[in-house]
Parts: sequence; C-alpha cells; structure tokens
Amino acid sequence: MSILDMTAVELAAAIKNKEVTVKEATEAVLDQIEKSESTYHCYVTVDKEGALRKAEEVQKKIDAGELTGPLAGVPVAIKDNMCTEGLLTTCSSRILGNFVPTFSAEAVINLEKAGAVILGKTNMDEFAMGSTTETSAFGETKNPWNPEHVPGGSSGGSAAAVAARECFYALGSDTGGSIRQPASFCGVVGLKPTYGTVSRYGLIAYGSSLDQIGPLCKDVTDCATIMEVIASHDLKDSTSVERDDTDFTSALVDDVKGMKIGIPRDYFGEGLDPEVKAAVLKAAEVLKEKGAIVEEFDLSLVEYAIPTYYTIAAAEASSNLERFDGIKYGYRTEEYNGLHNMYKKSRSEGFGPEVKRRIMLGSFVLSSGYYDAYYLKALRVKALIKKAFDEAFAKYDVILGPVAPTTAPKLGESLSDPIKMYLGDIYTISINLAGLPGLSMPCGTDSKGLPIGVQLIGDCFKEKNLIRAAFTYEKARGAFGRKEEN
Amino acid sequence: MVNIISDETIEYVGILAKLELSDEEKEQAKKDMGSMLDYIDKLGELDTTGVEPMSHVFPVHNVFREDVVTNTDDRENILKNAPEEKDGMFVVPRTFE
Repeated sequence: MSILDMTAVELAAAIKNKEVTVKEATEAVLDQIEKSESTYHCYVTVDKEGALRKAEEVQKKIDAGELTGPLAGVPVAIKDNMCTEGLLTTCSSRILGNFVPTFSAEAVINLEKAGAVILGKTNMDEFAMGSTTETSAFGETKNPWNPEHVPGGSSGGSAAAVAARECFYALGSDTGGSIRQPASFCGVVGLKPTYGTVSRYGLIAYGSSLDQIGPLCKDVTDCATIMEVIASHDLKDSTSVERDDTDFTSALVDDVKGMKIGIPRDYFGEGLDPEVKAAVLKAAEVLKEKGAIVEEFDLSLVEYAIPTYYTIAAAEASSNLERFDGIKYGYRTEEYNGLHNMYKKSRSEGFGPEVKRRIMLGSFVLSSGYYDAYYLKALRVKALIKKAFDEAFAKYDVILGPVAPTTAPKLGESLSDPIKMYLGDIYTISINLAGLPGLSMPCGTDSKGLPIGVQLIGDCFKEKNLIRAAFTYEKARGAFGRKEEN
Repeated sequence: MVNIISDETIEYVGILAKLELSDEEKEQAKKDMGSMLDYIDKLGELDTTGVEPMSHVFPVHNVFREDVVTNTDDRENILKNAPEEKDGMFVVPRTFE
C-alpha cells in the first residue's frame, strides 16, 4: 500500500511499527502537494520547511517513547481561519493577507501535543462565508473528483486536500455546514461536533454561537480518533463545555441493532436531486438491514432555518468583524483622511463582496428599530427549531438525511444568486442553530461521477450514536474513493 | 421586492458597518439587502408569542476565572503585525486637532 493511501490511524500505526518514518510520510505528502496543487489549489500556505523540521522532532519523540498516541507523526492540514503561531493565517481574506499569529488555536495545540505535523493552511471562503470556496481572496479550490466543479465550502480546501491526498486529515470549521457540505462534495468524512466540544480559542470568529471546529478525514475511525484528540474543556473559551464522554473511539462498533433512526420527510421534498435522494435512502436501507429501526417522521420548520441562520450569523459576523480596523494587524489602506476614513477605507478595500454583504445585513438587523423585528425574532425561531429537534430526539437516536440538495456545482455557477446559494445549506444549517452534532460521509456517486454524502444528525453530546451508525454503514458499504490516475 | 432599501438606509448602515461603498456597490447592496429581507420576512409567518429568544443552546452562565496572567510579554512579535508602529506602540492617525 502506498503511504498516501493510508488513513491517519493506519499511518500512525505504520510509523509506530517502524515501517514508515515520519519524514518519509511528510515527504510523500509534500511531493503529492507539489504534483497536484497546481490543479486543485487546496492550500493558501504550504509550510514545507516547518513540516520537515517538525517531522524530525516528532520522530525523535516517538523513538524515545514520549509520543505514543494514535495520530503521532501524521501530517495534517489546518483551515486558514485557525491561528497557527508563526505561520501566516489569512482567513482567505486580503484584510488578513499578512497576519502571522503569535499564538495557536487550542485545537491546533491539542493536535501538536498528539504529534501532528502541520503541512500548511487550507483555502476557504473568505471568513468562512460561502459554500463553494470561490469567495477566497486567493483563488478558488477545485474538486479533486472533477476540477471543473467546486469542492464545496467554506472548508473546501481542507476537504479537497484530504480527497487529493495532499494531507492525511484536516481540520475545518462549521458554522452552517462548512465541514459537512465540502466533505459531501469531496467524498470524505466530516464531523461537526456538539457546540462547545472543541475549543474555539484561536478560531477567527464568524458566528460565535454557531462556529465549531471538526475533522475532515478519510474514514470513520480517523474521525473518532481525531475527535478524541481535539475535544477539550478550555478555560480560554467561555462556551467550552466540560465533557467526560469524549472517548469517541469506543463507539467504533459494527452494530446498530435496535438503534432508532428517523428520516425527516421534509428533507426529501422539492429541490432534492433524485440521484442524491436515491443514494441517501439506500444508505438508510443498509442500516435497516443491519438491524436499525428506520421510520419516517415530520421534523417541521425546515424552511425557516435559512432565514433564521442568515439573520443570526450576519448579526454576529458584523460584530465579530469589527476588530479588523487596520490598526493592530492586517491590511491598512495607503491613503486616508483621519481615523474614521482610515477604518472605512481599510475595511472596504480589505473585505470581499460576500463578507461586506453579510456585514451590511448584520449591521442592519442589529440597528435600532430593527433589532426586535429581525434579530430577536430570529432568536425566537431558533428556540422553536431547537424544540422541534428535542421532540425528534425523544423518539430517535439518529436523524438521517442528505447533506446538500445536489452534488458539487460547476465552478462559477453559484455566486451570482446569493439566495440560491444559501438554499443549498438547507439540510445542514439548522444543526448549527440547535448546537447538534452532524456527520457527513460518502454514500455513492451520481451519474456525473461526483460523490454524494449522507448526513447523520444526533442529539447534543450524542456523537457516539453517529459514530456507531457511521462505522456500521461504512463496514457494509465497503471502500469508497477516487480512482487515482497515478 | 417588498423591502425597498433607501439611499439613506444604505448610507446609515454603511456608517454602522464602517464600510465605504462605491456607488455601484451601494446599488448592489440595496438590491441584496432588499431580497434578503424579503426572504427573512418569512419568519413573520410563525407565531412566536411567549417564546423566549434563545441566544445559547445550553443553559450556560457566565464563566469566571481568576484574573491571573499566564501569558508572557510578546510585544515585539505582536507589533510585527501592526501596519505602523513607533517606540513599541501602535500608530493611529491623529484623532483630534
């Protein structure tokens, strides 16, 4: 087996058994980046020297028996909205085009403690606002299954890097589907954990009440293993939750007998591509054959999730992005007339159109006279959406549905009509509003040869149900991957 | 479009958002915001009387910790990111005459 075909857990085991060195693995993946990056453009920054230096350090610690974990020595890619000490962190925005953090995100520190080798920073929609990675200020990423198509977004670079074997796994972030949707479009596994499970410290905020960091990886075993490493209670993130059930790998069990799985009818209505629908329902059938109790139900309120989300996310974004003012870091305009003009010009030149659109909308819905009608209304509907999920989870262990209404669209087709693009988030977005965990994994390909994803949604803190169902399905489904040309 | 955004509104929101939009961007912003608000108005179909706004999904409260300094002085590196610095400080444009 080629090194690049290994999963993260397989590679770490091979390193432990001295079949592969950390340096060999790092060089292999750097070679792959060199070969295919000009086609896919998964990365904003590749830190070749840093990775090779780290590989040697990690190898020494493994040899000395100081690093024994299941990810020790495995090269990883980090989405470019997570701070990495000494390594450029741009959020794919011109306004942070030269920003070098003086500290690392807690999730990144957790990975490094586990012996990760950081390869670089992956491309994304600017400030994670977008569903295609086309709003990046540094060029679009292409889908490794077909470079004429988008990889999804906003964690498109991370998903594409895993699919193109330009890393062994990656971190992404998910505010409205930004891990699960690109995972689906690129045929990899992605998990958005329960809100508060992974520290947001060092994650450049978009919608703070919705943002969560999670893994993008090759299979469910990697997913559970990475989660076990990155989940932590962090005093530096006041919304971090203390959990004593983060032994996610204990849920890698090939058995769903008696598990109750609900299929929301309202996730299979108008707008869903028939090929996606068929593949997702087939995955449900597989779990039924394995002993799960599968039934349909009405979730309700599905069509209200998108307007609720865009109100709340835009409001939080307008507030969070106020810090980019051209003073302490980032871009400052060349010519200006006084302080306020400097703020305005720096921001106007530094932010791209989608970011400005959301800042404007957010500023409006928070403004005096509109705050109650828009922002508080959205928070009230959020409470109703949460209640609808509470009722569903009183009956079911897992909710199963599609990740996105279609497979990956072609490049250049999405940005012209924002609302149409936002509609693509319909199945992922309410999960963030309700703080729930959601897992995306491949369940087939369409007639164009593009991957289709199935989404498993759990109640808060019930990632283990998702992992068990996903692991069981994966065993029944068998291997899933892109045919490599080389 | 039901929500017609006036020039004054765009001007005002631009001030709140600290964004200086070109005339072309302003026209686009009027269109975009109008159609987004039309879409968001859908929430008006739901009766939310008596429903408390939910800002956080879990019943969490303020989190307190002791005010203890744990980081070290990193001024030099922090200032490296500043567009302009002088004598270990950030330089800002003159704010009053």
